[in-house]
Amino acid sequence: MLGFARHLPGLRASHGSIYSVGGPGLLDFLKPSVEAFQDFIYLAGRAIRNVFRSPHYADDIFIQMDVIGVGSLPIVMMIGFFSGAVMSMQMARALTTYGATGQIGQIVSITLVRELGPVLTAVLVAGRNASGIASELGSMKVTEQIDAMRALGTDPIQKLVTPRMVAMAVVLPLLTVIADFIGLIGGFLIAVSLLGIPGSQYWTPAWQILEYNDLTQGLLKPFVFAFIISLVGCFYGMRTSGGTEGVGRSTTTAVVVSSVWIFVVTLFIGRMFVHL
Amino acid sequence: MPAGIASIPPEEVVLRFEDVSLHFGETPALDHLSLEMRAGETCIVLGAAGSGKTMLLKCAVGLVKPDSGRIVLFGEEITGLKESQLFDIRSKVGILFQEGGLFDSLTIAENVAYPLINQRALRKKGQPRLAEAEVDERVREALRFVELEETLDKFPSELSGGMRRRVGIARATVTAPPLVLYDSPTAGLDPITANTIVSLILKERDMRNAAAIIVTHRYQDGHLMSNFRYNSNIGRIEAVSHNGSGGSQVNTRFLVMEAGRLVFEGSQRELQASQDPYVRKFVKTGGS
Repeated sequence: MLGFARHLPGLRASHGSIYSVGGPGLLDFLKPSVEAFQDFIYLAGRAIRNVFRSPHYADDIFIQMDVIGVGSLPIVMMIGFFSGAVMSMQMARALTTYGATGQIGQIVSITLVRELGPVLTAVLVAGRNASGIASELGSMKVTEQIDAMRALGTDPIQKLVTPRMVAMAVVLPLLTVIADFIGLIGGFLIAVSLLGIPGSQYWTPAWQILEYNDLTQGLLKPFVFAFIISLVGCFYGMRTSGGTEGVGRSTTTAVVVSSVWIFVVTLFIGRMFVHL
Repeated sequence: MPAGIASIPPEEVVLRFEDVSLHFGETPALDHLSLEMRAGETCIVLGAAGSGKTMLLKCAVGLVKPDSGRIVLFGEEITGLKESQLFDIRSKVGILFQEGGLFDSLTIAENVAYPLINQRALRKKGQPRLAEAEVDERVREALRFVELEETLDKFPSELSGGMRRRVGIARATVTAPPLVLYDSPTAGLDPITANTIVSLILKERDMRNAAAIIVTHRYQDGHLMSNFRYNSNIGRIEAVSHNGSGGSQVNTRFLVMEAGRLVFEGSQRELQASQDPYVRKFVKTGGS
């Protein structure tokens, strides 16, 4: 906890003897990562706790919902459309071999709702908003605005982190639903125009194949990803040091870390719902 | 300026550091530092870059927790307090940050109003916040004090460095705190603007008799604070008369820091007489 949390209340730098046993070694190598993870958990805990504590910054939540949700909508729709269209086209080739082109709606639907919709939307939003959050908070950190906020009677986690987390948790599932639907339309257009499949043969199985299990994981994933993206962005933003160069470093790290975690977490959530 | 949050008796100790140490890795930012400051007193903190001047200020208001030692602010030990417990005591302290620390997404008026709106200690009993008209009046008054009333609706990015520093002073003093901390208020400014900033700090000090810690690289800043005062009768800054022993009538003390340690503490006269080569650097380079 030598970094970010040192400047926040409640946590102190620890100098436990475990780190010094045997001189430089594995523990010293792992120390920064463990400290960073510990700081992250501390930030996440306080951000979540603040949801139930006053003061609540409703205006900031709505502003962030606009920035994250409305701002990301065009690109999410575009990517959703093309991913559905490409999937439809590529699957058609394999399905034609077995004379099963009629199954195209099912495959596009289940793949989009379960996996591609949530993951692609989250990766896009991470690229756009984890970077935005990290750079905004990073700039505030290096120009002492976060210290000023604390000195002037405001908890920066309450004012900056919690509204971004809540806004992301609300809008990311909505964006995912929109991306899924637009993706299905993209798949439909390819199925009808290039493969000559009737519309009802695409939509009926696409709709009927979906079970509650699929919808649950399709909505749970973006909800969890929302916490990852917002908290990772805020975490790297608030521990920025080293001026404008440091802001750039935090921004890049936030995008890379949140994207990697999205792929790791989707595997674990998928495993919860897929019974092999 | 409006009445302060609390009127502090002149002899009361407003800030005390007791054997405070703070390290970043192996580097000491504060090294067994002890000091005491009384109400109405002005401390000029000189020192090379990285000597721990800014950390001294940040520790004083609990923005950074020291590794060891005690810090007592207005009679309350703050080293063990939680962040939420610090908010009330911080409302007695105004702080001007080195980079200004103005919120760039807020207008100048909103920046100056920020402490009035957010500091819970300022709210009247039973009221969730100060009345809008009162906030507006106090913001205008604070900006008038720094001669920037016309910038109410501008954003910080539209102002020059000196103007931003003046807005920072307005924000730090809008609540009329009994202690104001200035972190390098003249750094990076041309000499004329720097003197304007010091004049405003001096005026603020003498009109409210607030205690102040001024961290600076410029010896001239300390010289001005030590030898001039604001005469409210004539509305001008004037040189103070010196008594027979040559001591200044202004309650000003000079501190010099080196590698987190306090290596000098005394009056301007004692500072000028010091033979320590490190201390002499700050007298010579600035000149008076």
